[in-house]
Amino acid sequence: MLREILDTFLQFLRTFGAMMLFFVRVFWYSPVVLVRRLPLVIKQVYNAGALSIVIIMVSGLFVGGVLALQAFANLERFNAEDTTGIFAGFALIKEIGPVITALLFAGRAGTALASEIGLMKATDQLSAMEMMAVDPLRYVVIPRFLGGVISMPFLTAVFTTVGLAGAHIVAVEWLGVDVGAYWQQLQQALEMEDVLEGIYKSIVFGIIASLLAVWEGYNAIPTAEGVGRATTRTVVITAIAVLIFDFMITAAVSLR
Amino acid sequence: MQQTRTMELGTGLFVLLGIGALFFLTTQTTGRNDFDADKTFEVQARFENIGSLKTRAPVSMSGVTIGRVTDVRFDPVSLEAVVTFVIDSQYDQIPDDSDASILTAGLLGSQYIGLQPGGSSFSLEQGSEILYTQSAIVLENIIGKFLVGGRPEEDEE
Repeated sequence: MLREILDTFLQFLRTFGAMMLFFVRVFWYSPVVLVRRLPLVIKQVYNAGALSIVIIMVSGLFVGGVLALQAFANLERFNAEDTTGIFAGFALIKEIGPVITALLFAGRAGTALASEIGLMKATDQLSAMEMMAVDPLRYVVIPRFLGGVISMPFLTAVFTTVGLAGAHIVAVEWLGVDVGAYWQQLQQALEMEDVLEGIYKSIVFGIIASLLAVWEGYNAIPTAEGVGRATTRTVVITAIAVLIFDFMITAAVSLR
Repeated sequence: MQQTRTMELGTGLFVLLGIGALFFLTTQTTGRNDFDADKTFEVQARFENIGSLKTRAPVSMSGVTIGRVTDVRFDPVSLEAVVTFVIDSQYDQIPDDSDASILTAGLLGSQYIGLQPGGSSFSLEQGSEILYTQSAIVLENIIGKFLVGGRPEEDEE
């Protein structure tokens, strides 16, 4: 019994260590790959970013709208409907925008990355590359990682902007909040630091989501079942990591 | 070939959209166009009590925001709060005997510094100190006095 627990623990430590070494290698080669293999990276920006734009925009519109609805319903009791903009804006820019974009990214692009790399591994494409003295890390893994990292801040910005538009539609056009009050209150309350906090978060989440996706794919058991499991794990682990890091970044920023 | 073109077009559109959104977020959602550090001058004022005045609170004159609080410190020697704020350098003709008071926007709003002009022929400049100040009105104290029923002239505020 004790022996088994120890074994599980050691196994966990080993995986964790391999993960860290993998991350270090990815970071180490990233600048070189970005410069020398730019076309590969651009292709991945298209896959991870441009193809995710529709789901991001639709989600943003509805999330912004529901925030405005919730804010309005509660603020109305205090006759403070005009501050709906502040509520929706703060929530979208600082929290909801980066976090939901990261979760959607994990579902849309992260799973694609993990299953693609996992399948390449299962069909021995990665081994074949190694055989030809081509480093799969530099040709397959890092361009995909960089594509995700580059896409994420843009996706978050689009999500947040569309979300603000959704909140505007619900609050101003539907519920009748004064358009001047809505935007003026929002602009008064928001500071550059708040917007930057959202952008920093999106960069961190982009790194986390892309790293975990390529790691899960690269580390997948090379069978159909293993690839499937890796895809699932990508979403689960990314969601947990993003939420934990979100808490830590918010704590660090607001307790400064 | 067609494949590549679609991809390039899509990527370009995506990145442009992203940059556009970032631009919108950084410029349109923050209304506080800050005062340029080069075009301001710094003024200090000492207050007995600053209430809940925070850095970045506005400094206004006749209701127009002309500056911003940059630092709030406590002076352990004189036992007073030292508030440093910057004023836009286009307002360089404010008399140096103007008085500063800490006011509240609305009943429960945030606090700001209001300047009332004096009559001196000298102007405030970099490093000036405002000598006439009026502390923040602390709502709890007023309520306390009201409850106790003390008349204002008997108080030794």
